[in-house]
Amino acid sequence: MKRALIILALLIAAPALADSNLPPAYWANRQLPDAGQEAKAQTLMAELRCLVCQGQSISDSDAELAGDMRDLVRRRIAEGQTPEQIRSWLIQRYGTWVSYRPTDEPAAWPLWIAPLLLFAIGAFLLRKRIRLRGHS
Amino acid sequence: MSRAVRFAPLILLLLIMAGLVWRLMTPVDTVVHSKLEGKAVPAFQLPPGVPSKAGLSSADLASGKPKLVNVFASWCVPCIAEVEILQQLKTEGVAVDGIAIRDRPADIAAFLDRNGDPYERIGSDAQSGVQIALGSSGVPESFVVDGEGIIRYQHIGPIEPGDIPTVLAQLEKAR
Repeated sequence: MKRALIILALLIAAPALADSNLPPAYWANRQLPDAGQEAKAQTLMAELRCLVCQGQSISDSDAELAGDMRDLVRRRIAEGQTPEQIRSWLIQRYGTWVSYRPTDEPAAWPLWIAPLLLFAIGAFLLRKRIRLRGHS
Repeated sequence: MSRAVRFAPLILLLLIMAGLVWRLMTPVDTVVHSKLEGKAVPAFQLPPGVPSKAGLSSADLASGKPKLVNVFASWCVPCIAEVEILQQLKTEGVAVDGIAIRDRPADIAAFLDRNGDPYERIGSDAQSGVQIALGSSGVPESFVVDGEGIIRYQHIGPIEPGDIPTVLAQLEKAR
């Protein structure tokens, strides 16, 4: 009886949707007619972070806000703005966090230096080994 | 090989584990704050969200007195509870304007009928354009804008009873 009631309640229940009833923005899921512009937009969209699903880029995300951001990117590219203009416009609003491309700010320096440092350590270790072999 | 070098990998492993445990215990703040605090509201003009009210433009926000701009939506569940708080702020003399995100006039009207209506003006932002321009990343969010149209404070998430003093203080500061 209890189980039947639970199943009945589940059947009646409507899911609480956290999405609007409006369709996606025009350019959210539509390619620009100009292949060159579309390619620019695609590259940029893959490097912009979705603000809702924070691990995803806006080109991967199904969130409505990501769709609206794709629309914004495509519209501005079609108007003739460069991807860097659009990126910096968004960074002004959301901070460098919104862009996946590492910046040249001091906070990102370890990221740029790490490969060089690791290469140097590797070269040093290798040099030691080669020298040991040569002596024996 | 010296003793220190032999233990280096183990020490490294312990350091990495300590880092992971620390991050698990104090998770990163994933709330995205707008960088526009202290800057002027970007220029915008929104059509009315409901026929009975005026729309909202950036010029309306530089009206000489501080305002609370509430980013909301009829499809947003926490917004329902927030309306009551906004009503309360309104009775304390706060001017509240709304920006309805991805919404339809009929839905907004039904939302206001059901939950109350604290808004002086409601602009309809059908494609989140103004929301993105404000550096807002979700609903509900609220901005304290001073009389010259400068954003003074951003509140992320619903304003809860405990947040009222902070919001009022920020509005006072913006005066």
